[in-house]
Formats: sequence, C-alpha cells, structure tokens
Amino acid sequence: MRGGLWQLGQSITRRLAQADKKGVARRYFASEAGNLKKTVLYDFHVANGGKMVPFAGWSMPIQYKDSIMESTLNCRENGSLFDVSHMCGLSLKGKDCIPFLEKLVIADVAGLAPGSGTLTVFTNEKGGAIDDSVITKVKDDHIYIVVNAGCRDKDLAHIEGHMKSFTSKGGDVSWHIHDERSLLALQIWHMSILLDLIISASVCHFGLNLGFLLEVFMNSSEMIGCSNMSSRNVDNLHYGHPGAFSNKICSIYGNEAGPLAAPVLQFLTKEDLNKLYFGLFKILDINGAICFLTRTGYTGEDGFEISVPSENAVDLAKAILEKSEGKVRLTGLGARDSLRLEAGLCLYGNDMEQHVTPVEAGLTWAIGKRRRAEGGFLGAEKILKQLEEGPPVRRVGFFSSGPPARSHSKVHDEKGNPIGEITSGGFSPCLKKNIAMGYVKSGLHKAGTKVKIEVRGKTYDGNITKMPFVPTKYYKPS
Amino acid sequence: MASSRLLWASSRAASYLRISVFHRGFSSIIKDLKYADSHEWVKVDGNSATVGITDHAQDHLGDVVYVELPEVGTSVSQGGSFGAVESVKATSDINSPVSGKVVEVNEELNSSPGLVNSSPYDKGWIIKVEMNDAGELKSLIDADQYSKFCEEEDSKH
Repeated sequence: MRGGLWQLGQSITRRLAQADKKGVARRYFASEAGNLKKTVLYDFHVANGGKMVPFAGWSMPIQYKDSIMESTLNCRENGSLFDVSHMCGLSLKGKDCIPFLEKLVIADVAGLAPGSGTLTVFTNEKGGAIDDSVITKVKDDHIYIVVNAGCRDKDLAHIEGHMKSFTSKGGDVSWHIHDERSLLALQIWHMSILLDLIISASVCHFGLNLGFLLEVFMNSSEMIGCSNMSSRNVDNLHYGHPGAFSNKICSIYGNEAGPLAAPVLQFLTKEDLNKLYFGLFKILDINGAICFLTRTGYTGEDGFEISVPSENAVDLAKAILEKSEGKVRLTGLGARDSLRLEAGLCLYGNDMEQHVTPVEAGLTWAIGKRRRAEGGFLGAEKILKQLEEGPPVRRVGFFSSGPPARSHSKVHDEKGNPIGEITSGGFSPCLKKNIAMGYVKSGLHKAGTKVKIEVRGKTYDGNITKMPFVPTKYYKPS
Repeated sequence: MASSRLLWASSRAASYLRISVFHRGFSSIIKDLKYADSHEWVKVDGNSATVGITDHAQDHLGDVVYVELPEVGTSVSQGGSFGAVESVKATSDINSPVSGKVVEVNEELNSSPGLVNSSPYDKGWIIKVEMNDAGELKSLIDADQYSKFCEEEDSKH
C-alpha cells in the first residue's frame, strides 16, 4: 500500500525527516507519539492557522493558511518567517575550542575571522557525514553551532564523547546547549531594511542593555555629528522614549553626546547590517532582547537566523510580521523544503547520510584549504583520497518530465542501466516544473546528461542539471 | 487498502501521522454522490460510474501538480489503487470505489492538474468506470456519513 490520503502526514514526515528514516517513522508510531516537543511559538502557530505535524520529535507547522505553493512564492517575492527552534544551538567555549572542533569538522575554523561562520560537516571515522551544520566563530574562545533537530541526540553524544577525551588530556573546552533560546529564520531580500526598523525601535527602548549601547557607541565615535539621517530614522524616534533614553546616555557620556545619541545609534545599526554580509554574525539587541544574529538561512534568499531568548521569541515574531505590513508571512516546513530544494541545498537524512562523504555530496568547497593539506579531522584519510582520485558517486540536480521524482526513485542511463538514485525531489513552485537531486556514478554526472527516472514502475525522461535550480541571492560584498 | 484502513482505525498513533488541519467546516460534500472512506467520490449513471477525489481530500493534499491516470481499458477493483495524485508536498494513491473497466479518463488533467483543486466534483473528475457489480455501491457511504467521517478524522488530532 503506497499511500492513501491517510499517509499524507507520514510521507511528509518521511520526506522531511532529518534522522534515520526508519527510526523516525517507528518513533511516531510508538511511544513518542504523544510526547512531541513544542517550541515556545506553538500556540502562536496554532492561532495563525498552523497545521502541526510531527517532525524530528517536535510538533511543527508544515504550513499555515497559505498553500505550500503560495508560501514558497511569497518567500522569494516578499519574505518568510520560520520557527526553527527545533534546531539545536550550542556554544563551545574555552581557549582550545578551535583545535577541538577542528577534529570533528572539515572547516578551517582557525582561519575564520571572529564574527563569521560557514556551513560545515561533522564527519565520522569513515569520512561519512554525521550532520551538516552552520558554525560561527564568535571569538577565538567561543564557537556557536546550530545542528539539525533530527541529529541532535547523536551529534551531542558524538561531541560529548570527544570532549571528554579531549579535556582528560588537558584540553580547555566546555559547552553550553542553548535550550533557553529559540531560533527564528527571517528570509527576505530587502531584509536589512525590515530588521533595521525593529532594531531601531529597540534602541529607543527604555530597558536597553547599556553594556551593548556602550559598545556600539564607542565604535561609532566618528559618526557623531553626522547629519546624514533619513527622515525614516528620525521618525523611529517615536517608537520609544527618546527623552528618557537621552537622559541615560547623557549620564554616561556627558551632555554633548545626549541629543544625537539615539539617531546616531539608529543610523549605525543600519550601517552594521549593511556590512553584515552572508555568513557574518553579531550579538546585538533586537526588539529589546539580546540576540545572536547570523546572516544565513536555508532558502537561497538573503536573510537572518535570529537566536532569541525564548521568553522574547513570540514578541519578536509578532514585531517582524507587524513591521513588514503583512508581506513577510509565517512559513512552514513544507515550503521550507521546496525552497531549500530549489536552492540546491542538502537535507540531512535525505541527501546526505552517514555513508556519504562531503566530497560526494558536492561540499568540497567547505573543506578548508589548510584542512586539505593537513587533514586532522575524522575520516580525513578517505576524504583526502577522494579529493585526489575523485569520488565514486556525485550529487547532482535533475529536471524530469511526468510525475515529480521523489526520494528513492531509481535513475537509469538512456540504455536502462542503473546509475543512481534520487534523494529528494518535487515540483518547483518557482520554476513550475519537476526538480530533484540525487547521486549518480562519477563520469555520468555532467550537466546535460540524459537519464531515465523510474516512478511507480514507469520511466520518464530527465536530464542532469547544475544547482541551484533557482539563483541564490545571498548578501555578499559587491 | 485493508491494511491502511486497519491502521487508521486501530492505531491511535496513526492519527499523529496525519496533518492536523484546522477544521474549516466548509469543505463541500455533494448530496447525491457515494463516498469511500479513502476520500474518493463516485457518481453513478446507469452502469457507468464517474470517480474523483473529494473536496476534503484535495484540501488536505494542497496544490495538485500531477495526476497519474490509468490507460483506458484497465481493470480496476474496489479499494484498489488505479493512479496517483501528486501535490507539492506528497504523493497519494487514488483508489477505485467500484470494480470494473476504465472506459474514459479525464485527459484535461494532463495539462491542468489543478482542476482537482478548483473543481473536485466536476471538471476535476478522474476516470469513468463501467461497473462489474452495482451491488458494491452498498458498501460505500452517503454524503451525511462521509461528512461525519471527515469531522471525526479532523477531530482526532
């Protein structure tokens, strides 16, 4: 029985599942069915028409009132807000946190500038992927990591095991799992304008963190007296209590700083975001709460992931939606899956698994130059050998006719010989045609190669294509 | 089919596999049709039965992007799958509410699969079947029963 309507939820869970697929399906059938975790935004989702489904042990919105098609298109056109609090944020701290992490991932962590990050892969001894993850070097003794919800348990066990042996040999590293925080992903191409409004509002907020103010203010001395303030910035003064705010500033800096402080700060905040390029990170006050802001996302659009104290998460979500005047819409996991597929991004558990190396997955770019020369990460031997000799299989993109090719569809060459398998696929709302990604034998991976894809016993024409399917719009220095 | 019904009915956990949908209450159900609890409708005209999926079903599926149709002349059996509906998010079987032979398929759906969403009971019909045994219709449910069935399903979550 392939799947009647009753199976809809299950098939979605399967397609989106980030952990071992069999494990996920079974878990929901059995004991954990009634024990799904809820993010602090659960009630907010339900109140906004969220259709909640089990996902990696959490009850998450698959979609809201908009269809997945509408949501996907709206993200690219106007913007989306996702609750991704099910993902696990953690901080590694200590003077040896970089050498420690470099044993576990392929990235050149030492080479990252403070306040910048990258996508990386946690590898196992065989060079396979334990998880893909975004890591950020906050400072030389602080790394911030976000791992997939479905991989949380195994990732944490993996990190903890290695941490124990590392510290027993005298290494200085400890961790903090940010269960006190929630994670929102805001994806929108003219994003900085929107977030600027919210941050600007918060800068005028009465309960502002003065330590943060001090830091920004000290960095901004050259801007004092700058008259280049837009009317928008001045208008923003009305959000808060500028008088009280100025008084506070005056008490710190003396009278001359007072009158200009708030507008300068607003102006600077805008500047900061304009210089916060893709992959960069900042800790700052947003809507009255100290947030970790990373310019990243997983849709191919420009955007931010905002780690916010959980008690402030609902207010921040409301503020973002309100400030966008209805353009940015709450978006569920269904559209998120379409968006990341269109952007050619892997979904761990589908497109990348324990036995797949980063080279096979097309993530060679994420292996730092120094790491290629030095190795020193788990599975380096196999991965470096693959770099030299080429991998046996490669991840590629496909266009196909007929029904959308879903994961596990077989891929054949034109003569009917098996050459690979689809790992995820669907109908692209933006391109209005079927897209998929999967693995084929090396040598047959060139763009334009014609293939036959099997769906329910029938074969359909397809061809291998480059990814992303939809051009990405990451915010990079021009 | 039997296996899925069994799961549906017997496993409390199965309800967690479903999407929990805000009960919208305005999915339309047509009086004179017969329904299968796998969410297909059948309209009987003499020995001919037109088959489609219900408004409730298309609403759960979301935007239909492809309908896999059988060949004319194919035999179908009650409760057996004869095709599939693909939406952006998932693939679903379509089961035949009656046994017989496919005499016509809705070719319009090849170019406009969205008719299943916009007109599930009319322009979005899927196949016409020449029935082997009109007695099978007795095992299907009527509009009131189907309406109740959908309400129960939606409230399970």
